[in-house]
Order: sequence, then C-alpha cells, then structure tokens
Amino acid sequence: MKQITEPPEHAPRRRWLGVLARASRAELEAAKGLIEQRLGPVDMPRFLRRPEIGMAMVRGRAGGDGAAFNLGEMTVTRCTLQFSDGRLGCAYLAGRRLEESVLVALIDGLLQDRRHGAALADDVIEPLAEALAARRNQRLAKSQPTKVEFFTMVRGDGRP
Amino acid sequence: MTQPDGMILGGLGDPVHDSQRCFRGILDAMSRPARPVTLASPPDAPPGVAPATMAVLHCLLDQDTPLWLDPGLQARAARHISFHTQAPLVAEMSAASFILVGDGLQLPDLSCLPLGDPAYPERGATLLVQVGDLASGGALRFRGPGIDGTADLQIDGLAPEFWPAFAVNTELFPLGFDTILFAGTRIVGLPRTTLLEEA
Amino acid sequence: MYVAVKGGEKAIAGAHRLLAEERRGDPAVPEISLDQIEQQLSFAVDRVMSEGSLYDPELAALAIKQARGDLVEAVFLLRAYRTTLPRFADSLPIDTADMAVRRRVSAIFKDLPGGQMLGPTFDYTLRLLDFSLMAEGKPADIEVPMSASDPMPADAPAQMPRVTDLLVADGILAAETDDGERPADITRIPLSFPADRATRLQALARGDEGFLLGLGYSTQRGYGRSHPFAGEIRMGDVAVELQPEELPFPIEIGDIELTECQMVNQYKGDAENPPQFTRGYGLAFGQGERKAMAMALVDRALRAEELGEVATSPAQDAEFVLSHCDNLEASGFVQHLKLPHYVDFQAELSTLRALRAAHAKRAEAAE
Repeated sequence: MKQITEPPEHAPRRRWLGVLARASRAELEAAKGLIEQRLGPVDMPRFLRRPEIGMAMVRGRAGGDGAAFNLGEMTVTRCTLQFSDGRLGCAYLAGRRLEESVLVALIDGLLQDRRHGAALADDVIEPLAEALAARRNQRLAKSQPTKVEFFTMVRGDGRP
Repeated sequence: MTQPDGMILGGLGDPVHDSQRCFRGILDAMSRPARPVTLASPPDAPPGVAPATMAVLHCLLDQDTPLWLDPGLQARAARHISFHTQAPLVAEMSAASFILVGDGLQLPDLSCLPLGDPAYPERGATLLVQVGDLASGGALRFRGPGIDGTADLQIDGLAPEFWPAFAVNTELFPLGFDTILFAGTRIVGLPRTTLLEEA
Repeated sequence: MYVAVKGGEKAIAGAHRLLAEERRGDPAVPEISLDQIEQQLSFAVDRVMSEGSLYDPELAALAIKQARGDLVEAVFLLRAYRTTLPRFADSLPIDTADMAVRRRVSAIFKDLPGGQMLGPTFDYTLRLLDFSLMAEGKPADIEVPMSASDPMPADAPAQMPRVTDLLVADGILAAETDDGERPADITRIPLSFPADRATRLQALARGDEGFLLGLGYSTQRGYGRSHPFAGEIRMGDVAVELQPEELPFPIEIGDIELTECQMVNQYKGDAENPPQFTRGYGLAFGQGERKAMAMALVDRALRAEELGEVATSPAQDAEFVLSHCDNLEASGFVQHLKLPHYVDFQAELSTLRALRAAHAKRAEAAE
C-alpha cells in the first residue's frame, strides 16, 4: 500500500479502509466478531446507500507520469451506513462484493467509535494488514528467482 | 435552522421502482405542460429542498449531469444532493445540465443557461425552480404541444422577470432550456415548446 | 436500404438451442468452470478485460465461456454489460512507479536500480508443444524455487523507479507534462478529430490487439520510421484510489494487475528542443505485454504531428487508426453484411441489367 502522508487526522481511517477493501469475506466476518466481543452485539445502522455494484473509470498517465487518460473501467461495490450519532460507515471495494461491502461499511463505522475506536482499530486492522502484506510478499517472492544476473563475457576495454 | 453543508439523509426507499415512478411523473409533466403532477412517496429532502425536487434529482441526475446550485442550496443541501446523485457541482451555469433554484423569487441571471446548439439541441439545460405553490386554474394561460387548446395555471412565488426570459426562450426553438417548477410534492413541466399567452 | 422482413423466429430459436448445445460440447466431458477459465486461461481473460474495457476477471471468464472462446464476441458481451452499470467515480491516476512489480525488463540498460525480473513469461521458452500437459490430472512437476514461507530477500526493493524517469532526470528523454486537464472520455463524447493524446490513448487501450500489433509492426518495417527501443516493460499490481464524495480524502479500493510499456524513440529535435529521445506509451489490464508494446508503438507513431514529423504512413494517421481499432465496431460493421440486403441488391441488379443491355446494344451497333 502507498505511504499515506496527509492529511494526518484522516490517516488512520484512510489506512483501515484500504486494508478492509483487500480483506477476504472470512477475514471481515472475523473482524466483525472481534469487535462484537468488545462492544457487545451491534445494532445494524440504517443504510444511507444500499450495497450497489457499479464502476470506476481507471485513469493512467501518459508516460506513467504525464497527463491523465482514461484507461478503462473496473467493477466497484459500494455501501454507506449511517449510525445513530450521524457518523458514516463507508465501503468502496474493487469487484462485485455486495456482502463484503456491508461488512466493511459496518466495521468502518464501528472503528470510528470515540471511546473504543482507536484500540479496536489496532487490534482489528493490524492482523489484517499483516496478512495482506504476507500475501503480497508471497506473490512478489515468486518472481525473485526470475531475477536476471548478468555476466559480462568479454570486457570491452581491450578493444583497439 | 441551518445545518452548515447539511447532513446526509436517506435516499430512495426502493431505488429502482421509485425512480421509475418518478420518471413516469416527469414524463407526464413534460408531455402535458402546465398541468400539475403529484409525485408519490418522495424521498427525504434536506432543508430548503422540496420533496418533489429531491425525487426528480434522484431520478434524473448522475455523474454525467453537472448541476448548478444557487448559493443558498449550496450551503444547506449540497452534501446530501451530491452524495445521492453523484452529479458534479459546477460554479458556472454555462457548464451545467441542470440548474436548481431554491426560491423562485430569487432567480439567477437566466441569460447564461446552456441552450444547446443546432446539431445537439438536447444539450440545452433543464431549469429546476422551486416556487411557493402550484395549482390548476388561475391567472396564467399556456398553449403549445401537449396542451389541448389552453391550460391555466396558478403559480405563487415566481419572480415576474422569469416570463420575459421564458418568452425569448420559446422563440429559440429548437434550442432553449426546459423548465420544471416544484412546490411540495407537485411538479409542473414548461418545456421550451410551451407558449405563455399574454395575460 | 433496409426493410423489415418477418419470419425466421423459429429458425433463430433453433439456432440458439444449437449454439447452446455446441457450447456445452460432449456432455461426457466435464463442463468448464469460470474458475478454471480465470485461473488457467488468464491471458484470454486479460485480453477480454482490456478490449472490453472493464476490469473484472470473473465477468471476463463468464463472457469467454458464453462466447465459446471467441474473444471478440466475449469483448462484445463485456462491453454490453458495462453499459448497464452506473459509474460511481473516476479513479485518481494510478501510479505505475508504485507498482508491486512481478516482471520488469529493459532492452536499453542492463543494470537498473531494482534489476530485471523475467516473471511468468513466454520469452525464452522453446515453443515446442509440451505433451506433458496432455496428461490430465497428473500435474507435471513444478519446481518451486522459493517456498511460500520464505521471507522476501533483503535486496528486493519495495519500489522500482521507472527507467524513463531516470532518462528524464538525465535530460535525454523528453519529460511528460501534466496540464491537470480532465481527460476526454470517448465513452461519453464520441471520438472526433483532431484527437488529443488522452483521447488517443483511451481508444488504443480499448483497441484490438491484432490490429494494433500489425500497425506497430508496420512502423518497425519502415512505415513511419520511429526506431523504437523497449525502454521498460513492467507488470504487477497497482493500487486504485478514488475520492468518494462522502469522504474528505481519497481511499484505496483494491489492486489491479497492469502491464506497462514505455517505448523510447529517437527524435531529431526542433528549434526549441535539442535532439532527444521521446516516448510511446502502452498500458493494458492484466498481463497484456504484446498489447501494451503495440499500443506504445502506435502511440508514438500518432505523435508525429505534435513532434513535427512528416506523417505519411497508416500508423501515423490518427483518423485511420482510431476509427478502425475498436474490434466491437469493426466486427459489428463487417458482420452486418450478413443481414438481409435484399432491396439494395435488387436495385444493384436492375442497374446492372440496364448497363448490360446498353453494353450489348453498343456492341451490336459497332458490328
């Protein structure tokens, strides 16, 4: 995941939304279970926006760092919950994942809990982030043995 | 009772069917100009926005329809509207597909509305104006396509300077803007083809 | 001219039934699953996503299954499906410098910061049919050099700088500039000419791989000399970020697999610019290396006018390239020729008869 630099007050939430978006259904169910252990049973907040599937236009940049262009779309699922105190739980996930979007929105809202949120976020998000990093490293590690070691057969120095 | 930037309220209870019912209502209003149509089961609306207005915004707007909001609505309802409709909010009326005016007595300069061009007359804007009340009968008499002879309409709370702009607009056909008026749960369509008879 | 012709409903229904039956093939053979297509025919999936212009491996697999492996038909299915979905947002431009790279090669520098990694490539394979793959249910021995639990080698960099960024830093490659403009979108406003680079890149990204490959090849053979070098090709996962309207900050929604190609080309310079290298750019969903390379060649060729070069070849003609690179449009217009043209043909026929009669008369008169 990218380094998140600013704005600092949003950094934790921004990070956990990025981690939750990549978590599996089972991981999300487990995370919800862990939160319920701490907070007791959670009432389902109301849907401000029911889970729905749509798309995002993925943009690239000419030359990698030039002007933006529209590459093509990807499927996206989103859901927004509103808790009784007004806070919003949001989910935007790559792919078509209706059930997961509700779980992510719920967890996002619960982690914003003023009293328990910060501690919860550490306990819930860090294991997910570690699992995510492990999956990523595992995928990347498979390419490592394909790294090219060049041997110089003849040095050019001796040429006339 | 001002909520700065406003809270986000709920959306359509049954998005697909509510949108379809609302679309049918808009179709009726635009094809039978100057006749009030009541929109059933409109959604929650933020302060300053009529239930019928919010229903029409849900139904017609999306990411591809830039919206211009007057400054009052900008302050009170922008968050709710842009959350639910996804419409990009634009500062210039000339860049908007829809122009929403919260109070018909305080009209913006209507000379900047997009009117389309001869190749694409459908690119003319739709002007959405909230007024005090709308009722059949009354002082204003309209004629034109969709009206059998004439139709009379009572409009409260619409600034008189609307009508000169409306008259000019009619002459620009096929270019021009289309108007929908709102009061409570009622809407009235005044497409660019509708003529106001001299009172 | 077209006229409505009635009839044929039964034949059409029958054809659909027969198509479904042939799709399934011999019922004694197990039915192919979407997972199998997604996992084992992933290049087909990636191509359908790129040209279908929708990143969703499962839906692409479904399209391939439904189309019986006809990839252009599968692209059609995916394009049709995407029109039914609302667009929630535009992503922030993805950053390929931040890619979790699984393959990265450069043909211009041997030693790169971060090194070269072949990844899962067909390059250097012998292209001999591997009959061991015929032995079903008996997986060939796969030597896994690194077990899943091994940690990343300490020297594996988290990020790999783009080769082109290094060349730009040296001042020998023209830098790309970002004017911050909202890019044109041909899915909203149809293509028109002249087309700016963002428009061209979008059209090429959706374009048919075979068509672009042929055009790219033509530039190498001398039709629009552009002397390309594969500056860098990289493939891997990139985070997608978007800005939801209900949040005051952008969020990551997941990763997508992309292949990027930067072609580096000679440029003789002009009054303002000294001689330097310029670029063609290619980007494709999934592992689409051939597509990304072809796209980069054609992108560079289409920059001829902007760079003050004489445009004389097909690949340099934006109207020719962009109007014909979409396989959905091309396939549709070619295949429409199968539809009844009975009245047109009758008209042609009567014209021809009249011409032949006149011809015969002249021949008779001449005798």
